[in-house]
Amino acid sequence: MPATPLIAYAHVGKSFADGRVVAVDDVSLEVTEGEFLAIVGGSGSGKTTLLRLANRLIEPDRGRIAVEGDDVSRIDPILLRRRIGYVFQSGGLFPHLTVAGNIGITPKLLGWPQAEIAARVDELLALVRLDGAHHRDRLPHELSGGQRQRIGVARALAAKPRIVLMDEPFGALDPLTRDALGDDYRALHRELGLTTVMITHDMTEAILLADRVAVMRAGRLLALGTPAELSTDTDPYVGELLRTPRRQAERLGALLPRDGAA
Amino acid sequence: MNLLTDPRWGDALAHLPDYLGNHVRVSVAALALGLVVSLPLAIIARNRPVLRGAILGLASVVQTVPGLALLALFYPLLLALAALTAAWFGFSFSAFGFLPAVLALALYSMLPVLRNTITGLAGVDPAILEAAQGVGMTPRQSLTMVELPLALPVMMAGIRTAAVWVIGTATLSTPIGQTSLGNYIFAGLQTQNWVFVLFGCVAAAVLALAVDQLLAQIENGLRNRSRLRASLGGLGLAALIAATLVPAIARPHGGYVVGAKTFAEQYVLSALITQRLQSAGLSATTRAGLGSNVIFDALAAGDIDVYVDYSGTLWANQFHHTEIKPRTELINELKAMLARQNITLLGELGFENAYALVMPKKRAEALGIRSISDLVAQAPSMSIAGDYEFFSRPEWAGIRKAYGLSFRAQRQMQPDFMYAAVASGEVDVIAGYTSDGLIAKYDLVALDDDRHAIPPYDAIMLLSPKRRDDGALKAALQPMLGKIDIATMREANLRASGNDATSSPDAVARWLWEKIGPK
Repeated sequence: MPATPLIAYAHVGKSFADGRVVAVDDVSLEVTEGEFLAIVGGSGSGKTTLLRLANRLIEPDRGRIAVEGDDVSRIDPILLRRRIGYVFQSGGLFPHLTVAGNIGITPKLLGWPQAEIAARVDELLALVRLDGAHHRDRLPHELSGGQRQRIGVARALAAKPRIVLMDEPFGALDPLTRDALGDDYRALHRELGLTTVMITHDMTEAILLADRVAVMRAGRLLALGTPAELSTDTDPYVGELLRTPRRQAERLGALLPRDGAA
Repeated sequence: MNLLTDPRWGDALAHLPDYLGNHVRVSVAALALGLVVSLPLAIIARNRPVLRGAILGLASVVQTVPGLALLALFYPLLLALAALTAAWFGFSFSAFGFLPAVLALALYSMLPVLRNTITGLAGVDPAILEAAQGVGMTPRQSLTMVELPLALPVMMAGIRTAAVWVIGTATLSTPIGQTSLGNYIFAGLQTQNWVFVLFGCVAAAVLALAVDQLLAQIENGLRNRSRLRASLGGLGLAALIAATLVPAIARPHGGYVVGAKTFAEQYVLSALITQRLQSAGLSATTRAGLGSNVIFDALAAGDIDVYVDYSGTLWANQFHHTEIKPRTELINELKAMLARQNITLLGELGFENAYALVMPKKRAEALGIRSISDLVAQAPSMSIAGDYEFFSRPEWAGIRKAYGLSFRAQRQMQPDFMYAAVASGEVDVIAGYTSDGLIAKYDLVALDDDRHAIPPYDAIMLLSPKRRDDGALKAALQPMLGKIDIATMREANLRASGNDATSSPDAVARWLWEKIGPK
């Protein structure tokens, strides 16, 4: 028996500027519990719109979206957002709040007791591998980009959501930090049994982190499947997107032989 | 005399609790009202471009109205409103002093608060707003937890600007009857008491700087989440307000209020009346520096109880008569007209302060000019100076019509500077005042009004409607009536224009009483 889809899009459409710009065009997609889905596409492909429809930062024109089985249009959007973690591009931290204030924001909105929030903040700092005593009372501008994004992840996880949405979370980081953070998040995703939807324009990142990859182009869902399934896809755009990771893998394999005897 | 040992500093200091207290009270009330209106308005308007444009435009227009004019406009406006509420709802309020000053200053404070709040809120990074939404904040939570804290530095800069503007502009509320640090400046300018002018300016500047710094403390405290600094700033501000309010509360209320217009003779006469009332055991305070259009209405409304006006001024300006009548006839008619408004014309002081065309005695003799008729032939090559209102007064039209007089140029000047200007030849003729002591000082001569074009200007004492039957008041005022002749008033005015300790209105009033009082 297949697992219940935690997020389900059914024939969803959304356009902007009085219909002149079609951002999402008749997309149907299901994300199962515990799955890590990456949505890949260029700018203007509609991937960000698709993500934001899930927690009603954007309202659809057509179609139906369900989260944990509930039609989102019948859920108070404020409460919906509080039960879904959201990681913003380059952090989106509140510059006037400390690290602890940022991480604890959603629990605070949910009315958790002060002591419980403090304990949760320390727990999360350890989880994203930051030294609590050293970072708790810092302001975001005192942190490095990688540290800020770790705080962004911690903030998204604070209210113990089952679902985490990530909007190009590692895009602005240097490759080393990005790699470390990606691996660390992947581990968290597994440990905590999260369901994650991540947007990226980087096919390599998507293949390395995600269970399944969705390819968007001009508002349409072009392909959806595991990396292995995608590699057999006949769509020329999908093939083009896969060419870069393939070439990178071949060259790296040639340049860095495991036994050192090229 | 050494500026530092000048006893007038002590004089000025004695008035400080009263003037400063009132100044702080009116400024704080105006700023508070301005904030209460502007902050919600800015928040409502921030996402509504049309409303935002309208509000900012309106606030900018208000800002272009000179402070003095804005304050002056509120007085007749409130007066009319008070009359309406009296007619419709049976209650009235005082349109004098505090209320118009607070309303005008509050309006004045709005632009920087509105503009900076809107700018500050608009400057918040859209990515941060999105994050606020994304973590599950309601619009109100986003405003209070994210947008306002982030806009705070810009908003506080606006509030600080508004505070400094209000405190500075509050000095201009003196002419509409609100006691303020402006009392030093207006009195000092009129009686050439530069110590007072300097004292008033410095006091207002120090107050503005102090408030600005305390607000800066609060701002820094809020920004750095230092509760200590924020509360220190708040405490400092509260202490400042409390300290200036205590003397105002302790001061006895009630008693008689003596009004005075904005020139030296009026300061001396109001001081004299106050002294006489006090020596008769009546409590009395002075409201000096009132605009000449404000003072009569203030008397009619009962905001002041007694002041000295001039028959010709009331005749022409208040009752809009253009014909000239002999002095006794004019006073009798005036008395009847005032009585219809329940205002008592108690009597004449004994001198006249009429407009007169004045020129240097030597020059007049050389040109053979003794009367205005003699001047007519020479006038087209001459220039004339008058005070700010003279050329728009009916008297000037009357003189020109009666004599066919026309000058090459006319200039408006601060009255105190006119006499020196005509003495030095900068202008040829001035429209001076017959009771002015400077006529003798600069060796000038008032030209004879041989065609009787200038109405009589007997100094007359007026009582407010509610003091109509006040026997004690009348008894205390009676000894002054008919006792001050023109020579005595001229000398008193000359003394008041001096620049030393014996030239304060109080000192001159005491000298005047020595001269005219019962021996």
